[in-house]
Amino acid sequence: MERSPAESQLLEALRAGDEAAFAEVVRAYHSSLLRVAQIYVSSRAAAEEVVQETWEAVLAGIERFEGRSSLKTWIFSILANRAKTRAKRERRTIPFSELEPTRVPEAALEPERFRSPDDPRWPGHWAVPPQPWPEDGLLAGETRDKLAEAIEQLPPGQRAVISLRDIEGWSSEEVCNALGVTETNQRVLLHRARSKVRTALEEYLGGKT
Amino acid sequence: MNVIAPPEVQGLSCQELVELVTDYLEKALPADERTVFESHLDECGNCREYLAQMRTTIELAGELTPDSVSPEAERVLLETFRDWHRLYE
Repeated sequence: MERSPAESQLLEALRAGDEAAFAEVVRAYHSSLLRVAQIYVSSRAAAEEVVQETWEAVLAGIERFEGRSSLKTWIFSILANRAKTRAKRERRTIPFSELEPTRVPEAALEPERFRSPDDPRWPGHWAVPPQPWPEDGLLAGETRDKLAEAIEQLPPGQRAVISLRDIEGWSSEEVCNALGVTETNQRVLLHRARSKVRTALEEYLGGKT
Repeated sequence: MNVIAPPEVQGLSCQELVELVTDYLEKALPADERTVFESHLDECGNCREYLAQMRTTIELAGELTPDSVSPEAERVLLETFRDWHRLYE
């Protein structure tokens, strides 16, 4: 992989002990690291410890980091290793639904929203179709609060994927690498997350009209 | 109950389409399924509305501010960084 000039510069600055450069990397990745760590460990406090350990391991290894992957990918692979070790120590098994969602079926919407598959005329068509959302509702700050709240309430795997993809703007490939999941599983997690968040917005905006 | 006749859609029910929305937006549908998906949309206003709402949801999420590191955590990490650098000096 070709290293970008910006990343080479950043690495040099880190190795030279430039605090501003380190602060920049911390600000870019710390909260995402926390979200990913929470997939593996049982509490926020444990996740914070894992992330702290990850940063320590990053510093310990940065002299030797050769850049066969991007800095970001490298940092997240350290996190995944640390978090898995910690989960093992906690004797915690990660539910399939977190990273292998295809093994656990889950519909985007309640079946009551549709006519029965056996319906003689229109099987599987909308019974309760989505209603258009009010424009002014979409602009309101409160709608953004509801959206953020809906994301917070998702299971950790779905929450991490939607945060990285839709809030942080990562590519699907970057998310797959960071979480060690297949493209398909990444997409299923994203689908379930977005579907639930849309439903939360529908409940909120629908109640307002 | 909505008594307006749902459109004639071949091959894909609304319930099935809803489950394919992310694959569609991620451009992960094979060409033939994509064609079926799009011809369903051409005929079905409810599914067009659903897809539009998914797009709106994604856009609104994109406008959220990413979580930032707490000042306390940042202070601890910068201290870690200083200690680390001292070791190498």
